Amino acid sequence: MTRYIDIRKNTYLDSVSLMSMSTKANAVEGVTQALLGMATPMNKEVLANVGVHDPAIDAARPSDLMIVIDAADDLVEDAIQAVNDILARKSRGAGDTAEVRYRTLDGAFSEVPDSNLVLISVNGAFAAREARKALVAGKHVMIFSDNVSVEDEIELKSLAHDKGLLLMGPDCGTAIINGTGLAFSNAVRRGSIGIVGASGTGSQEISVRVHDFGGGVSQLIGTGGRDLSAEVGGLMMVDAIEALAADPETEVIVVVSKPPAEEVAEKVLGVLGATGKPAVVCFLGSPRTESGHANVQLVSGTKPAALAAVLATGVDESTLDLHALNLPLIEEVRAKLAPEQRYVRGLFCGGTLCDEAMFAALATFDNVYSNIQKDPSYVLGAADPSKEHTFLDMGDDDFTDGRPHPMIDPSLRLQRLVQEADDPEVGVIAMDFILGFGSHEDPVGVTIPAIEEAKAKAAARGQHLEILGYVLGTDLDTPAIADQVAQLEAAGVTIASSSTNLGLLAREFVAKGDH
Amino acid sequence: MSITSLFSTGLKPVNLGLDMFAEDLTAQGVAPVRMDWTPPGGGDPEIIAALGRLERPELAERIDAANEEAVSRVLAAQPFLEGFGQAIDTVPGMTRRTILHAGPPISWERMSGPMKGAVTGALVFEGLAKDLDEAGELAGSGEITFSPCHEHQSVGSMAGVTSASMWVHKVTNRTHGNTAYTNLSEQLSKILRFGANDQSVIDRLNWMRDVFGPILAGAMELNEGGLDLRLLLSQALHMGDEAHNRNVAGTTLLIQALAPYILETDFTTKEKREVFDFVASSDYFSGPTWMVTAKAAMDAAAGIEDSTVVTAMCRNGVDFGIRVSGTGDQWFTGPAQQVIGPMFAGYTEADSGLDMGDSAITETFGIGGFAMAAAPAIVALVGGTVQEAMGYSRTMNAITTTNNPNVTIPALDFMGVPTGIDVRKIIETGILPLINTAIAHKDPGIGMIGAGIVHPPLEAFQQAIVTLADTIGA
Repeated sequence: MTRYIDIRKNTYLDSVSLMSMSTKANAVEGVTQALLGMATPMNKEVLANVGVHDPAIDAARPSDLMIVIDAADDLVEDAIQAVNDILARKSRGAGDTAEVRYRTLDGAFSEVPDSNLVLISVNGAFAAREARKALVAGKHVMIFSDNVSVEDEIELKSLAHDKGLLLMGPDCGTAIINGTGLAFSNAVRRGSIGIVGASGTGSQEISVRVHDFGGGVSQLIGTGGRDLSAEVGGLMMVDAIEALAADPETEVIVVVSKPPAEEVAEKVLGVLGATGKPAVVCFLGSPRTESGHANVQLVSGTKPAALAAVLATGVDESTLDLHALNLPLIEEVRAKLAPEQRYVRGLFCGGTLCDEAMFAALATFDNVYSNIQKDPSYVLGAADPSKEHTFLDMGDDDFTDGRPHPMIDPSLRLQRLVQEADDPEVGVIAMDFILGFGSHEDPVGVTIPAIEEAKAKAAARGQHLEILGYVLGTDLDTPAIADQVAQLEAAGVTIASSSTNLGLLAREFVAKGDH
Repeated sequence: MSITSLFSTGLKPVNLGLDMFAEDLTAQGVAPVRMDWTPPGGGDPEIIAALGRLERPELAERIDAANEEAVSRVLAAQPFLEGFGQAIDTVPGMTRRTILHAGPPISWERMSGPMKGAVTGALVFEGLAKDLDEAGELAGSGEITFSPCHEHQSVGSMAGVTSASMWVHKVTNRTHGNTAYTNLSEQLSKILRFGANDQSVIDRLNWMRDVFGPILAGAMELNEGGLDLRLLLSQALHMGDEAHNRNVAGTTLLIQALAPYILETDFTTKEKREVFDFVASSDYFSGPTWMVTAKAAMDAAAGIEDSTVVTAMCRNGVDFGIRVSGTGDQWFTGPAQQVIGPMFAGYTEADSGLDMGDSAITETFGIGGFAMAAAPAIVALVGGTVQEAMGYSRTMNAITTTNNPNVTIPALDFMGVPTGIDVRKIIETGILPLINTAIAHKDPGIGMIGAGIVHPPLEAFQQAIVTLADTIGA
């Protein structure tokens, strides 16, 4: 043990800093005791009480700094250096700028009064209360959270309506407001097409297709998937359509949804009719074919919706690459599949993408199973093995319970992919890859090993397994779509150019030319 | 803002939840306001339900109005130092055999080590026991009345032990007419209020009783106008004090105001010199003065029906107690916490007693930890940076009703100190008041060993919100 005593004449440090420095000095390796203090009578007494006596200390004056370090013999030099560094305050790094974070919305609003929209993604049990606060404060709201009761949804939407505010959601995954994507969204050109979606990935897909056709999006408003139910009655859909009708930047309005309650569909179409603006409606899977309004066009899928919208802005169809179905490709794939490979297995992140592929299959086949099937006799649970044609929305609650969405965490989908490859009756595995804000940074990259494993399994029993991929994204997204497509092609995956084409190709590959 | 006008305005989002969404917004050049949110009431359904009842619009309106009244009284209060007197002659309900103590009520048996040390020292000082052993027996005999300072219009720092012949400040809130008391600073280290009680402590108390108190009292008799303490306090904050742990400026201002009158008293020059030397021996002389200033202001806000404003926070080394305006004199308690901060050389956390003292009345009023940004020189107490100190003061805005325009923080563009702690906001935000305080040794007879920061236990506020919901929501 070595004792080091240093008296620094006329060196003043305030007592609080010294206490703090002493605490740090005592934590230095090798130090058994470090005492830093001004040489006041009280501090000298403290030193005496712990057995430190030295003539230099006796002689020191209150304006002198006393440094006493007891340290292991071999470490004393390092300890002195470390304590000197502490005294020189070298330990404090840059980056002292603490970011202000607010604990309550009221606190945030009072400090940032011009904030105008609140994006809520806290646990659903608490989301409604926060949304109510935001609306009361006059802010627009997007509720990403799910598990908000329908009663709360109706109350919040009525409150928003009364105050002239947006209440997007609950369970609303996407929006683009003034060119800024919120939650899950893609980087698309700004333009004159306004989208109102009661389906998240459906809205994303239309925005991407619009971009792909050279058009742009003025606003994309997500209403939450329940908005067009009989209970909620399209409360937000109607307000959003009217807002787009009044928006001078919006020339064409696109509405996308799963099939709405019939009376709600009627209401929405009426509101669209009254806008006088060209409107395109895609009620996926709905049997309705006529809108009843001259300016409102009903279409069957997301790609036709985007195309109709772009054409309605005055673009000449002959200038567009429509990505027609590749018929020779269909023949080629059919030829590679063995006769028993009759079925499609769809493993989806995007609910609407799953829906669209499933409806394409249902147009030809009856034996289509899914966790989102309307017909109860064809419903599969998350734990059930796949059966005949199976389309799984792996972003649905039964798969995401207690785990992140597959757009963020693909592990469950990777397992399922390898598992499906064990079934010799499977001809095609269809998959979506969703790029953009909120998504996994490299959704294709993480999937390639599982794709290779699946293909190898089929090859081992002498079969060709067709993996059909669709990448939802734009050239402006990170990662860019071209990089992701190139990775898939290198792994032998066939690429569909849209959600709509994905469904059609998957169906046709296994159709055996028998219809 | 209507939906269409949103479309023609810059988007300014607030992100409540997943951080990745905030990062995506930032990447798009639209940096969101970010939140550090936790579920209200710690997620406890009973507490959320109580909060929810108080949030019903008709109740919330009544509460807001009552709180407005409470804080307007705090802001309007004008505490003036009127003089000094001995506790037996001035403090309401004081008797020769009464010992006032800090914090909520506590029996002798449950008292912490330092409080027991202070009590026995005071009994010796008062001549009620010949030594500490006898004092200990007397304290446990039932012949001594123990009572919280707060129940006698008083506050006491650390152990808060106040006995009959000790001198106290007399401070009157001239706006509302109420008076408050607190004893004199014994200065720092080995002193009664930290539980030390040897002969040096008793000798000092004797000198304070025989010289210090009488000179201060004599000085104030010559000052007929009294001293405007709020004004002095406000100046002290502008000079770098937060008026709980740092009292350098306030002490200078206070003794400067008293000095001319001290000089005019009939005491000897030697005695006057002793007073000045004693005051100069520590920066803490004015500490109790700001406590009683705060007490005089907060008492004016007590007992307002429907108000959820906290009027006292205090601790006895075992329990932390709060009082709320709308529930009057009722105490809500939880366990006293460990104070975290640097220690004097030779001591460790294992030596420290739990949080103690009525000094948190300063934070209740809005100074101390709440005014940390005014006192950058003491941020080292929390091992933090000046930026963080700024953040502490701003953060306290989230749990308070208003800002005090009479007591401001220059570095925050003269923001008034956050004032009027609202129980509802504590429950909603999960933010607890930040208290700057000292650390006493856990054993009797030793004294101060450090300083740091501490938070009250959430339980006290949870009890309060449930009682408030039952009272106001009934």
